[in-house]
Amino acid sequence: MVNLIWLLMLVTGIIVSALNGHIENVTVSAMKAAELGVEVAIELIGVMSLWLGLMRLAEEAGFVKGIARLFGPAIRHLFPSLKPDSPALGAIIMNLSANILGLGNAATPFGLKAMQELQKENPTPDVASPAMITFLALNTSCITLIPATIIGVRLKANSANPTEIIGTTIVATGCAMSVAIIVDYLIRHRRKK
Amino acid sequence: MRIIAEISRWAIPLLLLLIPVLAYLRNVPVYESFVAGAEEGFKTGVRILPFLIGMLVSIGVFVDSGALDIVSHWLQPLFGFLGFDSNFAAIIPLAIMRPLSGSGALGVATQLINQYGPDSFIGRLASTLQGSTDTTFFVLTVYFGSVGIKKYRYALKLGLLADLIGLIVSVWIVSKTFY
Repeated sequence: MVNLIWLLMLVTGIIVSALNGHIENVTVSAMKAAELGVEVAIELIGVMSLWLGLMRLAEEAGFVKGIARLFGPAIRHLFPSLKPDSPALGAIIMNLSANILGLGNAATPFGLKAMQELQKENPTPDVASPAMITFLALNTSCITLIPATIIGVRLKANSANPTEIIGTTIVATGCAMSVAIIVDYLIRHRRKK
Repeated sequence: MRIIAEISRWAIPLLLLLIPVLAYLRNVPVYESFVAGAEEGFKTGVRILPFLIGMLVSIGVFVDSGALDIVSHWLQPLFGFLGFDSNFAAIIPLAIMRPLSGSGALGVATQLINQYGPDSFIGRLASTLQGSTDTTFFVLTVYFGSVGIKKYRYALKLGLLADLIGLIVSVWIVSKTFY
């Protein structure tokens, strides 16, 4: 499915550019995007090194396990395949907390760390494990309490009440997340039988 | 609301303070451990680079071509078919962009908010939608790519389902709350 979507976007973009008579756009966009990829990765290396460094400290001091044990019961039943004190649980909790607080650039390193830990418990290294899929479903539909960026945009556009969309945002995410969790649960149970 | 904003403001400084201090008290060689952990950041960054570039090129060519407008135009009747007001159609480009690209979606949302006004229906809907889902497609490729997963199984469908639910609920809750 990913291969198909990837190809479809590329081909559609090229055809539409050709039809619009701006085929040179394709060249510029492709080059620009490739450069952007490097920029994003390099920026990410900076914040990621910072957070993974801190994470290592937290791990060696036993905090990550502590967090996993403290908050684990709440999310453990979503990850039945993981060991109760799995280091992945700690990273997952940190990632979700960072997402909820809207700390996007801290969330990614924790998330990638969680994936690495989940991969260690994955019996089939090139196939996504159920725990990974559950984690990504949570991660991509996760609630952000304060959508700071969009509030900033609304403020600049002279909104009478820039923060009025917080409530609607939480309801929308809450529903999306609930459905994701329920459907994921149902899929896992059906496959087990 | 203010409390949550304060927590967000303090979270990172407090983590930067508490983790090293408490680790030191627990006899962790703080600086050396930090450096050892940080080393992984570089490796992870390099590992996800090809996935980032692959995704960004495909998304970039698609978005810059103006194909989004055409796809949105095609989807308009479907929107009507689902029982939504045709005024809602202005949101389609954002709904398509949201799972693909964070910066792209923010661009579309900003444009909608400025064009229709932040306190218009489309403005509020765009704000809600922007805040309520993540860049599913992008996150999946980068996260799975970073650990070498090739078969995603039902992960993409599940993520996109959540996005669709987010869109439907956004339309519903914004209409319900403000009108």
